[in-house]
Order: sequence, then structure tokens, then C-alpha cells
Amino acid sequence: MSSELLRYVLRRVIQLVLVIFVAVSVNFLIPRLLPGDPVATSLARLQTAGGGTAIDIEAISRTYSERYGLDQPLFTQYLNYWADLLRLDLGVSFANFPEQVTTMILRALPWSVGLLGAATLFSFVVGSWLGARLAWPGAGRVIRTVVPGMMVLAAVPFYLLAIILVYIFAVELRWFPPAGGVQTTTIMRFDWPTIRDILHHAVLPFAAISLGNIGFWALGMRSQTVSVLGEDYITFAEAKGLSPHRVFFWYGIRNAFLPQITALALSLGAVVSGAILVEVIFNYPGLGTLLYTAIRGQDYYVIQGVVLVLIVTLAVMLFIVDLIYPLLDPRIRR
Amino acid sequence: MMADAVLSVEDLIVQYDTASGPARAVDRVSFTLGQGERLGLIGESGSGKTTMGTALMRLTRAPGRIVGGRVMLGGTDIMALSQRDLRAVRLRDIAMIPQGAMSSLNPVLRIRVQIEDAIHAHEGRLPKPEMAARIATLLTRVGLDPVVADRFPHELSGGMKQRTVMAIATALSPKVIVADEPTSALDVVVQRQVMQTLGRLQSGLGAAVVLIGHDMGLIAQFADTVGVMYAGRLVEIGPVAQMIAAPRHPYTRLLIDSLPGIDAKRRLTGIPGLPPRLTDMPPGCAFAPRCPLATASCTASIPALQTVASGHRAACHLYPGLPALPPLTAKAAP
Repeated sequence: MSSELLRYVLRRVIQLVLVIFVAVSVNFLIPRLLPGDPVATSLARLQTAGGGTAIDIEAISRTYSERYGLDQPLFTQYLNYWADLLRLDLGVSFANFPEQVTTMILRALPWSVGLLGAATLFSFVVGSWLGARLAWPGAGRVIRTVVPGMMVLAAVPFYLLAIILVYIFAVELRWFPPAGGVQTTTIMRFDWPTIRDILHHAVLPFAAISLGNIGFWALGMRSQTVSVLGEDYITFAEAKGLSPHRVFFWYGIRNAFLPQITALALSLGAVVSGAILVEVIFNYPGLGTLLYTAIRGQDYYVIQGVVLVLIVTLAVMLFIVDLIYPLLDPRIRR
Repeated sequence: MMADAVLSVEDLIVQYDTASGPARAVDRVSFTLGQGERLGLIGESGSGKTTMGTALMRLTRAPGRIVGGRVMLGGTDIMALSQRDLRAVRLRDIAMIPQGAMSSLNPVLRIRVQIEDAIHAHEGRLPKPEMAARIATLLTRVGLDPVVADRFPHELSGGMKQRTVMAIATALSPKVIVADEPTSALDVVVQRQVMQTLGRLQSGLGAAVVLIGHDMGLIAQFADTVGVMYAGRLVEIGPVAQMIAAPRHPYTRLLIDSLPGIDAKRRLTGIPGLPPRLTDMPPGCAFAPRCPLATASCTASIPALQTVASGHRAACHLYPGLPALPPLTAKAAP
């Protein structure tokens, strides 16, 4: 049994390493397959912006190419890329020269992880619970009214919901700030006013992501629970004289929950990409806004860096889900 | 009513509310069960056997509804119990071996937990060694190795799962066991072993058994008394030998005649026609449209169960006019 489990874990680790390897390679290749020279492009843009100053474009271009190693053969560049990556060096931003991409990402990451992690986890847990309650006999009137409404919200894209929320709660009612992660005047410290300010700013983006998601998870959980309800082991559990609480959690939810976890793994990508737009709308200082600004400014290294972080995060999340799954479903342990 | 009846069912009515009107799956069924008696209930698919089995423990689920009748277990009316008292009665006084015994075990819990659950619900927490010893005894009693306790259901064979379910059902030495086609998914060899185990358990515990099934051969071997159900009604009930040798209801006769024999290769004889739809019952006797002996009175009123011999009752208008069932000639095709 335990050697079987060990083999399972080992296989997932190898899988994770492979996924990250492929992701890094593709992330390296794609920008280089694009036509055009990023150095020349950005210099040309600089030149147009700066007016007709006579500078030796060729010389500067060569210096930069040398500096970024773009004059080397592709394979050497690839090896260098890996070497840099292992030193956590993702290059330098063009737009905010000479700021390191790693620094920018590390600054944005906590915001995104905090917002997305909390919103996803919250909506997953609450949505699943509501869906299960809705399907179980004896659901209260509140659940039977609220949850179907949530399911309707699930059909509305995150960013539309975000715009509606901003209009109602920030523009009309002025309960919450319309944008930003924190008041510009707040000095970031680990104290209550700072935390309160952060939470106050997070409410609307959090709601934009959660509202739709809760309905989504409730929908999935309801149909799973309905099918589990028809299983013989539920009837038998009742015939054993177990309390409704015990039957609901350990025989009902415990089984209905399994496909939800698979769905969570599958939908993480969609959650992340959907949340990017929400961050942009709220001008939230997270990865989404960083990526959006970088794309608009053609800031290649930043784009590459953020995409890499997103892919690796996803791969690690899937890895974690894979590790949790056999603990919940003994039939998967091989 | 017998003086020592452990279970007596009076005019039990279970109804399914369907789009095309109420369907009475169990229609005024009454019978009594003495201590240690083995009652076999037989009928075609859809005759209401399983519905009745679940109604005996008040496990009927929507859209099913128990609309009338009483189920007296010893001195208590199951229909009048509060939910809490009902749970206490389940398993302790009346236990069920459900139809899909193969799927009656929760796939994500170890067998040990599923047995413990049952005992906890009725006796509270027991000291660990005591519980372990109890579980080992229960498993040994049904012919299983005690190590099975630490397995998950998917690691067991069909026969082992069936035995496990029987071990759980008999964990608290119930007075009545409702076994709903306990062997339906097993091959004949395992079927025989399981039936022998059930018989041994039954005589060991002195419990009364309601064995529900469609296999006349199996039921005849096991039961003392046989009841025949047709379209939700109990049409005949009597001692097994008498029922086989001299059935009084034409339906029982045809059912016995349609049993395939293994030595004499003969054409399989079925019963012409189909059972009536429960939402569209014929007036009078439900079997009249298919009965070769049907007369005008059969479509006029529903025959009541009447005693035709000692301990033998049948619901047919032929009695008391006739001393026994006349030979059946196939009804001419209309």
C-alpha cells in the first residue's frame, strides 16, 4: 500500500518536472520565433518618441544584442535562459529600465495570490456546500432562492460583473474604492490600519471573482450530490440509523466532492485568466495588471516572466490537487 | 393476527406522485411475520416489492410517499415514530440488506469505519479494543477474514461485499431483517453460499426475515411462507410447500409454470400480456386482463384476500366458490 502510494507520488513529481520543463522551453521559444528584433523595435520606438536626435542606432542595437546575448546561437541562448532562470533572473524590463523583472513579479505576486487564492478557495468551499445543501432533501427556503440566483450569476463573465459592481458600489454608493490595492497615501506596515485598507480595497474584486464562481461550484456540486443521493450506500447508511448529519457529510458530500476537485484542477487556468481582467478593471497591483501593462508596452521580458510564473503556478496547483486526490479517493492510489 | 408477531403490516399504501397521476406501488398490503419466520415476497419487476421493503423501514424517498397503513414492529408503530426514534429503531430492531448490496458500501471509507458508524450510532463510542473485537466477530460470523475490516470496498469481490453488508445488517442482532434481492448480482455458486450464510445468521439470531426477490426457486428454498405481489397488491400468501403444490391464484400458477426446468427441455412459457401501468389500473382485479379465468365479476370489484386453506390466503373471486384452482387453459387471443 505505502509503496504504491510512493510510486504514485514519484510519478506525479516526474510529471510536474516535465510540465515545467516544456513550459519553460515553449516560453523561451515563442518570442524568438516571432518575426522582428525586439531591441531594434524598442529602439525605433524610442527614437520616434525622442525626436530626430542623431544616434548610431546600429551601434546601440549591437551593444544591446550583445548584452542580452541575442547575437549567440539559439541553443546557447536557451542554455543561458535556463542558467538565468535558475538564478531567478528573468531579465530586465524595457519599460521600467533598469528594474529587474523578478523584482516586479515578486512585488505583484502577493496581491494576486492573496486575492485569487482567497476568492477561489472561498467560492469553491461556499459554492460546493450550497450546491450540496440545495440538492439534499430538506433544503431551506433561503438556499432554494439564493443558490439558483448565484447560478445565473455564474453565466456572467467576471469582468462584466466587475464593471457592474464598480458602478453600483464605488460610483453610486461610494462604499468601496473603485480601484487600486491600497490607498496611495497608506504606508505599508503590518498593522491594523494597513490591513483594513487592503481588505477595503479587496472587497469589490473579491466579490467580482467569487459571485460568479460560487454559482459555478454550486451547479457542479448540486448535480454530483443528486447522483450520489441515488446511490445505494446512502440508503444503506440511513438504514443503519445514522444521523442525517453523518450521512450528509461522510456518505453524501464526501463522495459528491470528488469530481469537484477534478473540476477545480481543470478550471484553475480559467480562473487565473479570468481574474487578470478583473485585476485590470480594478487596477489591482497584481500579476494581471502587470501582464496587461507589459503587453500594451511590448515589454517582452516582463510578459515572458509573468506567463512563466502563471504556468508554473498552475502546474504546481495541479500537482497539489493530484497529491490530495488519493487521500480523498482510495480508488485512485496507483 | 398471530400473538407472537414481530412484524405486522396493515393496509400499507405507498404512492409515487408522477406527472400522469399518483401511482400506487404498494396498495393496501397486509401481512404478519412471526418470530424467526422466513417470508419470501415474490413478484415481477415493478410489482412494488422493493418499494414495500423500503417502506417497512420508512426509508421511502420522494417522489414516493407512504400515504396509509401501519407497520407494527413489536409494540411500536413505525409510521408514528419521531425521526430520532425512527433512527434508533433502524438496524437495532429492523435491518435491511439492500438490493444493490454490491453498491451499498461507501467507496471512500474503510469497512471498519462503516461498521463502526453503525455501532456508534446506536451504542455510542466503545473502547477501541472492544470495537475491534466486535468487528472481527461480526466479519467472522459471515465467513470473512477479519483483515477485511481494513480494506476499502473496491478491494473486495462481489460476494465479499455482500457478506460485509450482511455483517453490518446483523451487527445489532435485529428482530427483523429485510433482504431485498440480496443475491441479484452474484453468480449461482456465490448466490448459494450467501443464501446459506443468511440462513445461518437468521437461525442464529432468531430473527424474522423478509426476503424479497423474483427468483421463485431461490425463494422456495429459503422461505417458510411465500407472498406473491402483483401490481402493488399482495395477491396470495401461504406456506411454501402448499403454494408450490397447490397455488390458488391464477397468477401464482402461471408464475410457477413459467419457471424453467433444467432436466426437461421444454418451451419457456411466459404469461401473456403485461402488468398494468400503475397510473392506469384496471377496475377490479389487477390481473384480470391477463387472467385466463377472468369473469365479469373480476372487472367489477377488487377481490380481497380471503382464507382458502389453513394459513393460506388468496385474493381471487374464484373463492370461496371453488375448492381449488381449476386447470388453466390459455386464454384465446382476442
